[in-house]
Amino acid sequence: MRTDNSIDAAYDVAIVGAGPAGLAAAAVTAGCDLSTILLDENAGPGGQIYRAITSTPVGGETILDRDYWDGKDLVLDLKDTATHYLPRATVWNLSRDREIGVSVGGQAHMLSAKRVILATGAMERPFAIPGWTLPGVMTIGAAQTVLKSSGLVPEGRVVLAGCGPLLWLCAYQLLKSGCAIQAILDTTDAGARRGALRHAPEFARSHYLAKGVKLMAYVRRKARVINRVTALSAHGDGRLDSISYVGKSGALERMPADHLLLHQGVIPNVNLAMSVGIPHTWDEVQLCWSPTVDSFGTTPIDGIAIAGDGAGIAGGWAAADRGRLAGIAAVRAIDPHRAGLPDELAIRRDLDLALRGRAFIDHMYRPAKVFRIPTDDTIVCRCEEITAGQIRQTVAIGCEGPNQLKSFLRCGMGPCQGRLCGTTVTEVIAEARGVPAAEVGYYRLRPPVKPITLSELAAMPQTDAAKKAVLRL
Amino acid sequence: MTPSWTQPDVIVIGGGIQGCSTALHLSLRGVKALLIEKDHAGRHASGVNAGGVRRLGRHVAEIPLSVVSMEIWHRIAELTEDDCGFESHGQIKVAETEEQLGVQRARVAQIKQLGFDHEEIIEQAELRRLVPAIAPHCVGAIICRSDGAAMPFRTVQAMKRKALSLGARLVEGVRVTDLKRAGDVWRVETDHGPHEAPVIVNCAGAWAGRIAARLGEPVPLETIAPMLMITARMPRFVHPVIGSQGRTLSFKQYDNGTVLIGGGYRGRADLDTNRTDLDFAKLAENAQTAAALFPIMRDAQIVRAWAGIESRFPDDIPVIGPSSTSPGVFHAFGFSAHGFQLGPAVGQVLADLATTGRSNIPIDGLSIERFRKAATG
Repeated sequence: MRTDNSIDAAYDVAIVGAGPAGLAAAAVTAGCDLSTILLDENAGPGGQIYRAITSTPVGGETILDRDYWDGKDLVLDLKDTATHYLPRATVWNLSRDREIGVSVGGQAHMLSAKRVILATGAMERPFAIPGWTLPGVMTIGAAQTVLKSSGLVPEGRVVLAGCGPLLWLCAYQLLKSGCAIQAILDTTDAGARRGALRHAPEFARSHYLAKGVKLMAYVRRKARVINRVTALSAHGDGRLDSISYVGKSGALERMPADHLLLHQGVIPNVNLAMSVGIPHTWDEVQLCWSPTVDSFGTTPIDGIAIAGDGAGIAGGWAAADRGRLAGIAAVRAIDPHRAGLPDELAIRRDLDLALRGRAFIDHMYRPAKVFRIPTDDTIVCRCEEITAGQIRQTVAIGCEGPNQLKSFLRCGMGPCQGRLCGTTVTEVIAEARGVPAAEVGYYRLRPPVKPITLSELAAMPQTDAAKKAVLRL
Repeated sequence: MTPSWTQPDVIVIGGGIQGCSTALHLSLRGVKALLIEKDHAGRHASGVNAGGVRRLGRHVAEIPLSVVSMEIWHRIAELTEDDCGFESHGQIKVAETEEQLGVQRARVAQIKQLGFDHEEIIEQAELRRLVPAIAPHCVGAIICRSDGAAMPFRTVQAMKRKALSLGARLVEGVRVTDLKRAGDVWRVETDHGPHEAPVIVNCAGAWAGRIAARLGEPVPLETIAPMLMITARMPRFVHPVIGSQGRTLSFKQYDNGTVLIGGGYRGRADLDTNRTDLDFAKLAENAQTAAALFPIMRDAQIVRAWAGIESRFPDDIPVIGPSSTSPGVFHAFGFSAHGFQLGPAVGQVLADLATTGRSNIPIDGLSIERFRKAATG
């Protein structure tokens, strides 16, 4: 593995994201002697699930659960290959002819690849409640990032709210790290709970059961869990000081809080995939946009594949298998006679095992409508401070979709590129128009998918790829 | 509101600024206009362009039209019941060398001779007073003080809304597939059924060449996709719209602090899928220009780049006027990346042509005949 900043003009395979899918894909392609570059935005490999796997100050298997340490093997598998691993590398553009714009250390580069594997993973589903923009409110994922990379936990009165496996995992990790959690507000939807029941037998045979039972039992022992929460707001003057909620009693309750950690599941991080034109469909179960891929993660765009949660949420274990499959497809495309590929059938068997129980989780933790489609006074687009009410008013005067909304309200046009509002905007418009989310569509995403400074762009070295791009016209 | 009529007097093809403006001007005269748009109004270049409202630097054949349009822009709210985000802080084209300033002096003298005095030379001191953030090496500029900029999508929507309120009809998501003469009227076939009217106005932008070809008058229209970039918010440091004499640049800061950078650098467009692809190697050159003229921009964060689908003629001026082959058909397309400012006046010209067959606004030199002559030698 090399990690220098001298980027070649062309590679056989370029992989974006060094989480489980990207690490496993690189191990396959580089292991088969394809020149492979692994681009990752973080300081170290691991992605979100195995964040800081090589550097975390949090010692011992007891705090970060045992699955976390699986990430070490994925990194070890890569160490002996010739992969060009580039940390702190921000990919800001991918074109259909597989030219990648990437910034490293304040310098922009262009490189091209015969095959591109997007392993950009998941992001947390937007959780727009009144007051969610107050300092003191953050996502579970953000808290987990700080814990894994710096060993720090929030201090003061900490409240967690939401639903999904990560809520319980993070609560467990925070408690084990000495964080005093004042309360956990469980927003799991009663209807979803019923819908999940028919998937329970399969779940009972999955690895999730034992892990889930252990985590939840521990958390329920150590922290106050308030069930069946159906409304939630954050309050404070310039900073969070309290929250209010409606629990199963039906009464509005108030609770002082210094930190509110929100989470209601994860969705594919689709920005790069959408910007290159990969078609996406609305997943009615997971309630998010998922790209069109085959069983190897191959997309309809020539030479571009998606592996891991970015291709539809299935978790970290499955992500590594999906990365291997995308890697195999890349090797077969570039070097069809190559021998010594990993055993595809064994990978698929392992993937089946990893996927067992997912249907239950997907149904169980479908967030309640009230937490996906917020009230009028709730800010939806944080960058431009646009409320759900403004969106509904704009729909009322004829705006039919997110792209027109951009023109009317600048909604989704800030630096986050719609990451924090996109799915909410789709669902708010769909509800207001009385049509399915699939019909409303998503923002047309424009590169750069991550901001880049003007001087970085101006100083971009004129690689062969870039010169070719100029000549093509 | 739903109009009471079913048979239109005029069918306008294309819901960009030219088509919406035409429908608006027709409706103001009580003419029944049906606007047919294959996507939605303002979807392409009209809705996503840089929003420059300038007379500065116009081709002489366009100047009369541009001057009339500018007068309308200054009272745009009277026409559309919306200010369209129009602001008049002037347009400035900077010269970085004495040689460039010399070229500019000659230009200003030339159009003065033609009787136009909207362009004016300013020296370095005045340039620095008006644009304190400009790089110190710039020596002077041409300025059009009452030029400005507006919000493109908002403008198209305002024109559309006003036209509809006056009785025009709009069908969106409807694509014209053919035009045929049927007795005294034109029959316009679409993928959602036919429409008929005695008069057709072709404002189909990058797709207008296909319509002209169906009428037996093919034109050398090239599809282009000029690229634009926008930054995250910055403290307000410039009010006029800035261009450059020696490089290609269009540079403007919005009220909200974001800075729009363009320069006519082209991406690629596909007419059948509406898809545009950007070319970052060219945007890098665009970024170099912006950084060279505005040092304050070096740390600006580019948050988005895009391209609208447009078209241009080899001589970089549009076709406006009657068809050379088909009675009752009028064209306005191929604005070559500078049609937005002309929109209000183009609608007036086309409404004149559609109702009386002539217009008092001079459009000499913009006829489609110029390509017919070239083609037939």
